[in-house]
Amino acid sequence: MNTLIVLSVLPILVLYLGLYKAKSALLPVTVVGLLLALGLAIAAWTKHDDAVPIYHSMMRFDNYAIAFSSITIISTILILLLSKEYFERISSHVAEYYAIILFSLAGIIVMVSYYNLTMLFIGIEIMSVSLYILAGIRKNDFASNEAALKYFLMGAFSTGFLLFGIALIYGASGSFNIEIIRDWVLAHPKEIDPLFYTGIMLIIVGLCFKVGAAPFHFWTPDVYEGSPTLITAYMSTVAKTAAFAAFLRLFGACFQPLSDFWMPTLLIITVITLFIGNITALYQQSFKRMLAFSSISHAGYLLFAIVAIGGGSANSVFVYATAYSIASIIAFGALILVQQQSGTDNFDAFNGLAKKNPFLAFVLTVSMLSLAGIPLTAGFIGKFFVFSGALSQYHTTMVILAVINAIISIFYYFRVIIAMYFRDSEREQVAVPVYYNLVLGLAALITIAIGVYPEFITSLI
Amino acid sequence: MTVSILLFLPVVAALVVLLFKNAAAKHVALFFAVIELALAGYFLSRFVPDTTTQFTVDAPWITAAGIYFTAGIDGISMILVILTTLLVPLIILSTYKHNYKNAGAFYALILFMQAGLLTVFTAMDGFLFYIGWEAALIPIYFINALWGGENRIKVNIKFFIYTFAGSLFMLVGIIFLHMQTDARTYDLHGFYSLNLDARQQGWIFWAFFLAFAVKMPIFPLHTWQPDTYTEAPAAGTMMMSGIMLKMGIYGVIRWLIPIAPLGVEKFGLMALILSVIGIVYASIIAFRQKDGKRLVAYSSLAHVGLIAAALFTFMRDGSFVWTTQGLQGALIQMLNHGINVVGLFFVWDIISTRLNTRDISQMGGIARVAPKFAIAFLIIVLGTVALPLTNGFIGEFLLLNGVFQYNIWIAAVAGLTMIFGAVYMLRSYKGVMQGPTNELTVTFTDISGSEVLVLGIICALIIVIGIYPQPILHLSQAAVNNLINSVHSKIIPLK
Repeated sequence: MNTLIVLSVLPILVLYLGLYKAKSALLPVTVVGLLLALGLAIAAWTKHDDAVPIYHSMMRFDNYAIAFSSITIISTILILLLSKEYFERISSHVAEYYAIILFSLAGIIVMVSYYNLTMLFIGIEIMSVSLYILAGIRKNDFASNEAALKYFLMGAFSTGFLLFGIALIYGASGSFNIEIIRDWVLAHPKEIDPLFYTGIMLIIVGLCFKVGAAPFHFWTPDVYEGSPTLITAYMSTVAKTAAFAAFLRLFGACFQPLSDFWMPTLLIITVITLFIGNITALYQQSFKRMLAFSSISHAGYLLFAIVAIGGGSANSVFVYATAYSIASIIAFGALILVQQQSGTDNFDAFNGLAKKNPFLAFVLTVSMLSLAGIPLTAGFIGKFFVFSGALSQYHTTMVILAVINAIISIFYYFRVIIAMYFRDSEREQVAVPVYYNLVLGLAALITIAIGVYPEFITSLI
Repeated sequence: MTVSILLFLPVVAALVVLLFKNAAAKHVALFFAVIELALAGYFLSRFVPDTTTQFTVDAPWITAAGIYFTAGIDGISMILVILTTLLVPLIILSTYKHNYKNAGAFYALILFMQAGLLTVFTAMDGFLFYIGWEAALIPIYFINALWGGENRIKVNIKFFIYTFAGSLFMLVGIIFLHMQTDARTYDLHGFYSLNLDARQQGWIFWAFFLAFAVKMPIFPLHTWQPDTYTEAPAAGTMMMSGIMLKMGIYGVIRWLIPIAPLGVEKFGLMALILSVIGIVYASIIAFRQKDGKRLVAYSSLAHVGLIAAALFTFMRDGSFVWTTQGLQGALIQMLNHGINVVGLFFVWDIISTRLNTRDISQMGGIARVAPKFAIAFLIIVLGTVALPLTNGFIGEFLLLNGVFQYNIWIAAVAGLTMIFGAVYMLRSYKGVMQGPTNELTVTFTDISGSEVLVLGIICALIIVIGIYPQPILHLSQAAVNNLINSVHSKIIPLK
């Protein structure tokens, strides 16, 4: 749990550094602090997963929490390394960025390790409020303001649903503690209060909003497009992973025995999410919007693991979210570079990139192949686990639908590859800073490593 | 020594080749391909032609999902391993007169594809098979799309979508089979010993058949093929037609029929009829082709249709008619078709680089100015039209024999491939090589250097295998018999 303490103190430290104009120290201090938090998280890992609830059963830092904390911290580090000079360019209050991102990360740690529904709510709120600010951090930019306002209004609305749902669950079961709720469900299999069912439905609505699942996805494209690209990267990877971890933790622990009740609803949401995300992504001209819509469809695949809830779900979500996060970071990193040079985020901006920047084109290709789920990349392993999980519960029709979606997604992911390699354009070489090469290269390496030998992350949970 | 060295060497080679530029990359790639061939030769010399799987590697891979890295060579795999390791150096050698830009990447992709192909042909684990299947697809997509002709982008995305779509359904089928095994394994023999009912086998049939039918390709899933072949660089076309399409045929033999014989019983006739339609259709279109490369593409479609037809002559009126001859014919014909079609595409590559056109109607008389080339071309054409004492004859004879035992009428229609094939092949030969020379062809220089070597080896293989195919047939005989018996025994108790 020291991870949470480090992540709560670190942003305050960073704010003070900003106050004393120690700009050059911001990034190193943040990264070192994150590495410390990561190390502490990993140190808490136990082979038999025998962590006990702490803080009066408010949280439990089990292997599940450790795995998701680690991947969110690692993704954050990668994103922050890309941020060098980026934040300076778009704002004068650089310390704010780091501090707010770290605050949201503290909320995320709570979200993945809660053992009590109040902590779930608090974690989500800490994360969300930070994200509302981040979305609107370019104060003079209309798109950014619009994004923040939209996000805030919709987010506040959905939080209401979530809170109402939690209250109803409390009303029916008499506790916020997820262990007691689970025992209550197991003890009263035949006489579940309608209040409880309503509570589950409201929680599904609230959480589906947070993960950006259709039909609660309307905020995603505008917010993702309006926010600064790096913040979009953070929202669509780290925040999304955390939201799914929270989702699965609750449903896996408490509501699994009632899956007959909520599964059909979630099933429909999953199918709608997959199709809406994919088909809309197909029609985008902007790479950034394409990523936004494709992130909706990835939410659909991740929901699959929750629909097919079982022993393997945690692993599926973890592997898929890891693969998706790492690949998305590459995509957003490359987008920032190309956008800087050409001033646009359309697919055309990538034309002929492979000739001038072979390395950048290569890592972006790896990222696109991984997002499309092509074997020998992490994305395939993620899809494989999700499909296996779903088939083990005999959701064959669903898997066929998901496969059709995977085929559709080829079209838009390959558009980038085609633009980079097969289309010519008079373009200058994109200047790639050294640390970009490092981060993107590392991310591509991780993607391929997981794709070839996934054993080292599939045995964590 | 296990088969893993055969699978990983091309990957290492690909990484090494990436470091080299231009001419050096060719030599390094050829060097590794020849080493790979030598390795395969070593395996061949140690191979005992019985029913066992040899040189097996079996290592834990993703234990959480019950996946093992299991691969090995039996009599059936051996033929395909020979085919792959033999053709890749020839294909690399055939590119010696070309100067591809980014040569390092080009040859690296070819070698990487070889690794994928060999994985497919030796995998004894469903997951590994799928990985190899896709690992062969990615490189060929980039080879075709980076070094191909004008229309390459559109044509290749179609090709990619077709094959990827097919294979995803196969993946679903593989995972489904995995879920049915008691031990939750992906092991091929675990799949073989499953007791699925007819309905489940029907679904499995479709899941696998789509993937294999796209790859072969079987009518009406063939529409990607002629365009892709035409637009691809010569080496890419050779990799696809010579080796890659055999993945589909091999898949039917190794996975589809033994795992889902009842599915094949139910839908095999449909597959057979589609194959025969494909034969006739492709032959008729081949007649009309003016473009030499397209002509070869369609002829390849027709020849592969015959192989597919023989594989699906499975059950008739409830009795088992799958014969050793048909299956043996399919295996040897895979090898022969690979050799011949690579030869034909190379011939057309030579013609089109010299004349800058592939239009048959503009040519004529090349035999007068290039006698060596004329002889080589003729031998390859004769091999393709299955003249006795060439390699094509033994394969097509066995295949037709298999189909004949199934149904004489289907055999008669399928046999048209040989007649049609002879007509359009010889006609194109006549159009290109014979008659008087014209302005275009009078400057045609005869083959030399690497071209002589490649065509010489191909012609030698055509004749040697044609005269004495026994050693190759012997390699797979025991494995084929074993396979047929096990499939037979799987059908009988369920009846």
